[in-house]
Amino acid sequence: MENKIFTISVYSENNVGLLNRISGIFLKRHINILSLNVSESEIENVSRFIIVVNTSEKWVKNIVGQIEKQIEVIKAFYHIDEETIFLESAIFKIESSLLFDERQIQNIIKESHSEIVTVSRDFFVISKSGKRSEIEDLYKKLKPFGIMQFVRSGRISVSKEKMEITTLLEELK
Amino acid sequence: MKNNKISGAEAVIRCLLEEGVDLVYGYPGGAIMPVYDELYKFKDELHHVLVRHEQGATHAAQGYARATGKVGVAIATSGPGATNLVTGIADAQIDSTPMVCITGQVGKHLLGSDAFQETDIIGISTPVTKWNYQITEASEIPEIIAKAFFIAKSGRPGPVLIDITKNAQFDELEFNYKKCTGIRSYNPKPTLNLEKVKEAADLINSAKKPYIIFGQGIILGQAEAELKILIEKSGIPAAWTILGLSALPTDHPLNVGMLGMHGNYGPNVLTNECDVLIALGMRFDDRVTGNLATYAKQAKVIHFEIDPSEIDKNVKTNVAVLADVKESLQALIPLIESKTHESWHNEFKEKYKIEFETVIKEELTPSKNGGISMGETIEMINKHSNGDAIIVSDVGQHQMFACRYAKFNWTKSNITSGGLGTMGFALPASIGAKMGMPNREVVAIIGDGGFQMTIQELGTIFQTKVPVKIVVLNNEFLGMVRQWQELFFDSRYASTIMTNPNFVAIAEGYHIKSKKITKREELDGAVAEMLASKDSYFLEVMVEKENNVFPMIPTGASVSDIRLK
Repeated sequence: MENKIFTISVYSENNVGLLNRISGIFLKRHINILSLNVSESEIENVSRFIIVVNTSEKWVKNIVGQIEKQIEVIKAFYHIDEETIFLESAIFKIESSLLFDERQIQNIIKESHSEIVTVSRDFFVISKSGKRSEIEDLYKKLKPFGIMQFVRSGRISVSKEKMEITTLLEELK
Repeated sequence: MKNNKISGAEAVIRCLLEEGVDLVYGYPGGAIMPVYDELYKFKDELHHVLVRHEQGATHAAQGYARATGKVGVAIATSGPGATNLVTGIADAQIDSTPMVCITGQVGKHLLGSDAFQETDIIGISTPVTKWNYQITEASEIPEIIAKAFFIAKSGRPGPVLIDITKNAQFDELEFNYKKCTGIRSYNPKPTLNLEKVKEAADLINSAKKPYIIFGQGIILGQAEAELKILIEKSGIPAAWTILGLSALPTDHPLNVGMLGMHGNYGPNVLTNECDVLIALGMRFDDRVTGNLATYAKQAKVIHFEIDPSEIDKNVKTNVAVLADVKESLQALIPLIESKTHESWHNEFKEKYKIEFETVIKEELTPSKNGGISMGETIEMINKHSNGDAIIVSDVGQHQMFACRYAKFNWTKSNITSGGLGTMGFALPASIGAKMGMPNREVVAIIGDGGFQMTIQELGTIFQTKVPVKIVVLNNEFLGMVRQWQELFFDSRYASTIMTNPNFVAIAEGYHIKSKKITKREELDGAVAEMLASKDSYFLEVMVEKENNVFPMIPTGASVSDIRLK
């Protein structure tokens, strides 16, 4: 079975130690987590993990089963890219002088639909949300001018299909 | 005004009593001393058994749980006390044994400071527990311990570890106990889908060569009676995994034997000839399936299982019946047509004849004038116990002989470390089994290697006077590894030769009645004497040094390619 990018969504209680428990499931199968994001979900007091891995469907199915089995996990799902709307965010810190000396930079910012977050005497910060390829593209374009700092977030995503989580929680109450 | 509050430590004991616990295994130390102080006060209601090493506490708790079906409890201090529990916890996790471990922890204000005997036992135990939790406030104790017991025993059982900081043991709380009946994020019993039962029944009824393989799920789900009704009505031959062993009496005509690496010939070979394979409460462990690419490919597979993550994990199923196995079998039985499947059953008998002639006969009644065989020792125990004993085996060759040849009339009677393969399991586990089932004969069967891994528990046996019977099958080798070295590493016996001490002298040092035998003629009398003893008894049997366990499915081979020699 060929490997693919899968986005795993985990709805869980917000408890100490659960991240460790979930990451251990990947560790024991020697799978590298490509990206991880944990936040509040649409349901009050329920956390949502978004975990991206490159593996086979058989394995992702097993992993999701083993995640869901953890006591404090309410429900886990997996999707391929085509089934989700997803993006990542990145911020770039660049020397301020470049903004005025290198006209091209302004064009790059405009064309990439990125946003200037702040400008100070020494540096300015731009942010960009989008697909990994778009962020990488922007990175490549800015790189020759010198990037002082660069950081990219984990993937966040929502599924196109409905995830039966709210009704499930209602039943459990 | 009188204070109605109690200390956290007292609350721990009261919680255990509320859960019906009357026996715990443990070892005191600094961070758990407040709990021990309460154990002292409550000693008439809650019996604490002092083991000689915390690993022994977990195995004893496991033995107790496996023999009784109740939750075993082990208590230890922080740091090394806690880390010493880990092997037993991992063993309980992989063998689905209900156990609650309670560890002391440094005070909350010291957490993370590398304080004396501080270790992150929550971090360490996470991958090997069903659930774990660190209590840092006394007020959390009742709710968390209630949850611990609920989680340990419900659904697919497993070990839970509760770590309690010292301040939470000293601090006071208003004690109010409510048993846990549910957790919103945890669904221990999937709802039975009757459609799936119907599909399973249709497949079974139309099968020409249906075959049942069952595991410990039958025992954990208390479905022994349903299993028996099912096979008797359907006429389907049934084989077992080593953790399923004893769920069906050995002498039941439809009990065709043991699956897996050292299992019986027919049950393995015919896995690849059946047309419908019905797996009940088992998880297709690699020691059972051999090479998955060639495992039961011809068969339609029905999997009765409580744990959704086991479905399709190793073997792709055609019908998955996700539920408590007792419930699903009760629904299935009325839909099953009465049959005999005589010619199919005869195939098992034919295969058994082959195995008997090439392997079993020689093992049970050795023709050559060599040393005593492990198999004949087990057979002798059968003879004198009539199959009524609880057999607790350790790990290695003797374990395979014990599982292959021991006879069982009663369920929950085969206690062994199946999934983890923990040497040193049997001696402490036999203590727990005997304390849990004091009216049953409990015989520990151990190799000379594994015996020395937890030999200190002879001290627990001496102190508590628990009358377990200990048989060490001594071949002066780490026999199973030696067998593999002989077969797959050109007999290079790297570090498998054991120079052993005088075991009888050691056992006698603990004032345990002991005997060592070296000759076949002594076996009958020695086993009889051991089983007749009212007290604990140590019997060392010097066995043939280089015997091998056969049949054998070499790693990576198919169940069809099981070797008879």
